[in-house]
Amino acid sequence: MVLDRDLISDQSRRKNMTLKRVVITGYGAVSPYGRGVESLMDGLLRGLSTVRYQPGLESLQGLRTRVGATVPSLDEKEIPRHFRRSMSKLSIYAALAATDALQQAGVDAALCASGRVGVAAGSTLASTTVTENFFADYLCDHSIERMKSTLFFQLMNHTCASNLAQVFGIRGRLLAPSAACATSSQALGYGCEMIAAGHQDLMLCGGADEFHPLSCATFDILNAASTAYNDRPDQTPRPFCADRDGMVCAEGAGILVLECLDSARRRGVPILAEILGFASCCDPGSIANPDAAVMESCMRQALQQAQLEPAAVGYVNAHATGTEQGDVAEAQAIGRVFGSSTPVSSLKGHMGHTLAACGALETIATVEMMRQAKLVPTLNLSRPDERCPALDYLVSPRQQGCEVAMKNNFALGGVNTSLVLRRTEDD
Amino acid sequence: MTEEQIITTVNQALAEEFELELEAMQPAASIYADLGLDSLDTVDMVIVLEAAFKFKIRDEEAIKKIRTLQDIYDFVQRKMAELS
Repeated sequence: MVLDRDLISDQSRRKNMTLKRVVITGYGAVSPYGRGVESLMDGLLRGLSTVRYQPGLESLQGLRTRVGATVPSLDEKEIPRHFRRSMSKLSIYAALAATDALQQAGVDAALCASGRVGVAAGSTLASTTVTENFFADYLCDHSIERMKSTLFFQLMNHTCASNLAQVFGIRGRLLAPSAACATSSQALGYGCEMIAAGHQDLMLCGGADEFHPLSCATFDILNAASTAYNDRPDQTPRPFCADRDGMVCAEGAGILVLECLDSARRRGVPILAEILGFASCCDPGSIANPDAAVMESCMRQALQQAQLEPAAVGYVNAHATGTEQGDVAEAQAIGRVFGSSTPVSSLKGHMGHTLAACGALETIATVEMMRQAKLVPTLNLSRPDERCPALDYLVSPRQQGCEVAMKNNFALGGVNTSLVLRRTEDD
Repeated sequence: MTEEQIITTVNQALAEEFELELEAMQPAASIYADLGLDSLDTVDMVIVLEAAFKFKIRDEEAIKKIRTLQDIYDFVQRKMAELS
């Protein structure tokens, strides 16, 4: 039997539970620009497209898109075979990005092993390439006699997070969110909440995906992939542009070290940014089509958590992938929340859609933009679609400081996320 | 298949699968202590050997007793002799 006084005591306990502040102390990127945050920012600020013609797409019957953005070859052998054997490409990307993130944050093996560090990372699927190769062999004779011992570890849903924990000897909690394009922003948000609630001091958060023709096919059959620019790959995708014709698949990994402010100060490490707010909500109206009202609600919830008015936000990093419906809905939602004077851009024009990595990669880039006081415009946005409301669409680089930014991600499956990030003075 | 061919085939197959240096592949080398294999690797070692020599050995008791490369050479040689 629950007594009234128990309820009262529970309520007062909850009120007294103070949430810890969460900051970013390191990040690493593996993007279509290559490895490193420096190459990511250099490419973004120089307005370089990474989208290329992909001959590998020619062999799929019925596939119309021929463009994609892939990661240049990397030295995978930096990861010892003992760990690499259970990894597909996406985990390799994640491990390389995490190596750089942990190094920047000054997190060593002893801290990883302390139990104070957890991991939250995911992918859209596991490796489609590994799945395809396995079934191509298995379906010949339904024999499991050629099945390697590490196959499962490359295909399990938590492959990205588990492999990171193995490589870095992480002994804390593991979360493996999987929400397609919102995967890594969910990882950041849920990792942040885990620290805020005091369950972990640090969380290695992010996501990764690897390029596969069937990823392109998923969007192509929904009429959401770019098909008209196969002969001019660097001119697509075109977020918010009247001439856009769909998204472009890409790959990569973004990994961030989130840490409670007290821990970061105690360790004396540079603080790159603070996460002020996070919201994630489902959009049950459609599993595929976005709804501006739900996007708006998500952004407002994140602002509410950050205890900020929309006017405090100096830049919105949009999800905008270059699709017919998604860009219009997001622009409408941004317009309703922020009005027309807050700078807005999407990084999909540069890198395509890195799927489960995009939330983390774009968060890293957003923090860097705040730190460098340089806002990256939307590449290929030559004339905004008239159905998108009047916003301050960035079409050229802008030297502009920004104290607080919002990062949106909206995923197939009806999953929305918004993060509110604050620039910090510590250096 | 000659003994030398068996040794070459084993070494090449294992070197490729487990990224081993051929110089380290001395007959007395322990597959665990010297070559760094573990229990997951030994599962894959069986698959690799089955593919290289076109035989089935997964259920052979003798597999469990393998400790060195020489043990593998001897095992393969015995198995090939049995099959011929």
